[in-house]
Amino acid sequence: MSPQRTLLSALQSVGANKLRTLLTLLGIVIGVAAVISLMSIGRGVQESVTSFIQDLGTNILFVSPSNGALTLDDAYALVDPVLAPSVDQVAPEINVFGDVNTTDEFGARTVFGEITGVTPEYQEVRGYEVDVGSFIGIPHVAGASDVVVLGAQASVDLFLGRNPIGQSVKINGREMTVIGVLESRGGDAFGFEDNRVLIPITTAYRRISADRNVEGVVGVDTISVLVEDENNMEKAEGEISRILRLRHRITDEDDFEVRNQQQALEAFQDTTQAFVLFLGSIASISLLVGGIGIMNIMLVSVTERTREIGIRKAIGARRWDILSQFVLEAVLLSLGGGIIGVLLGMLIAQGMNVTLLAEEEIRTVVSTDITALALGVSMLIGLVFGIYPAMRAAALHPIEALRYE
Amino acid sequence: MIELVNVTKTYRMGEVEIAALRGVSLAIEDGEMVAIMGASGSGKSTMMNIVGCLDVPTSGQYSLDGVNVGRLSDSRLAAIRNRKIGFVFQSYNLLPRLTAESNVELPLLYARKGGSARLAREALGRVGLADRTGHRPTEMSGGQQQRVAIARALVNEPSILLADEPTGNLDSHSSLEIIELLRELNQSSGITVIIVTHEDDIARFARRTILMRDGEIVDDERARTQ
Repeated sequence: MSPQRTLLSALQSVGANKLRTLLTLLGIVIGVAAVISLMSIGRGVQESVTSFIQDLGTNILFVSPSNGALTLDDAYALVDPVLAPSVDQVAPEINVFGDVNTTDEFGARTVFGEITGVTPEYQEVRGYEVDVGSFIGIPHVAGASDVVVLGAQASVDLFLGRNPIGQSVKINGREMTVIGVLESRGGDAFGFEDNRVLIPITTAYRRISADRNVEGVVGVDTISVLVEDENNMEKAEGEISRILRLRHRITDEDDFEVRNQQQALEAFQDTTQAFVLFLGSIASISLLVGGIGIMNIMLVSVTERTREIGIRKAIGARRWDILSQFVLEAVLLSLGGGIIGVLLGMLIAQGMNVTLLAEEEIRTVVSTDITALALGVSMLIGLVFGIYPAMRAAALHPIEALRYE
Repeated sequence: MIELVNVTKTYRMGEVEIAALRGVSLAIEDGEMVAIMGASGSGKSTMMNIVGCLDVPTSGQYSLDGVNVGRLSDSRLAAIRNRKIGFVFQSYNLLPRLTAESNVELPLLYARKGGSARLAREALGRVGLADRTGHRPTEMSGGQQQRVAIARALVNEPSILLADEPTGNLDSHSSLEIIELLRELNQSSGITVIIVTHEDDIARFARRTILMRDGEIVDDERARTQ
């Protein structure tokens, strides 16, 4: 029988028992919809964080301590036209967790999160624009002043849209004066940029941090290094390492780590890829169950249609004709379920954007490769789970099949 | 030309061996109309299955138009059933979901012949059902269904038409119509017609009657008149 005729015949058979077909499809539909919608969240997270990292610029290096310590002096030692000609600017930072409180006639409000101790260079290295007021200046760092610069959203949350300049907030109980508000950076992965709370690095280290040190050198969590030319990234890495090894008198293993954006991106993508695959494999289990459902119904169908198979064989159908007819029916079932599942998955992904993720910056992404994969896999499932029932059908002896009641 | 030489067929049912055919030799010329009679269990159905290439002999030789069928593969047997043989069954054996036309078309599809829809309608016209092409088997009488089955058997222009109790489920009026149709086909197209039956009235239409008992041919009689 020609392929078109086999297809038509298989379509008729599948269409003959609509309720059963629908119920059989359901397993695959649910499996594929789960794969599509779960992976769309994974991809959404991946894309938004990737774009966040890329927004930081490609000519930045990050230096962080690894079983050692970095100090403010280490950071400024990197700005050296002789030893490090490729380095343009450095921006050391300290991260402390804490809460920021305001109290006014409308009551008390609190913003929890990461408070970053920075230097004036941070503004240029990270590309922040000040909306009102000013950024943290050299005197603030030198004097460990109690001043704070707020992200656009943090400012709105704390001051309800009123001008916060000159107002005071309490950070971990300590009273600080707002001197500036950053311009909004728009959406990013976790609304991170607009919720920033920036204070002088010295203030953070000596007054806000949980293990604050009033005396001694100021420790640093990360040094962002702006490289003059993004073609000189490796050269800059070498220069930074050389300076820090000299300063730390290191002969064998480094007590610091230099990473570039590409590495950060790759490390991140490795973790999210694992996350996406994990979600996908959980959803795949339901696909497997759906496949078993198809095999079950195909076996029932072969038994029910034993006589039909006998008739077809008597009038000249070969093994291949019978085999291809039943395999095709199974593939039609699973592919049909796959197509409906993809549509349903897209609908769920869209639905999540306006419900579950409405308040978030993350948007689900239904990518074509995952859609194609889901359709391919569902077709393969029909093939794999359809082949055994089809072989049983093709192997039937015509006389015994004709005698079957 | 059908030629059976000392054909036997033995079935195994568990430990027991059942000899359905115990050495049958038979020759049927092209264009003959033969009735095969015998009680149930006499081996007539087994012989029909072998002649129809649905089964192969345990021993002995069956050649169809000079080809030794016993040595052929499954797919070659299927091709022979498709092109050389037309089957008519007692219970019609039409596919219930398909229309008359689609049922008749089926052998042509397995033969991968073009213009199958037109040929199917022509075959239905030959059995007097030109106006029933779109009907499903359940919408037709037994006689009509059997005529659809005959159209399906004819559509690939086989040289042999095998009818296994073709009138067994029909009333006497329809039976007469069917048997007249088979005889008409035999005479006008020269197609070999072999009918398995246990009704003398039906056997009378054949010019040759073969009687079977216990897996052997006990009588082979040609009508002198007609």
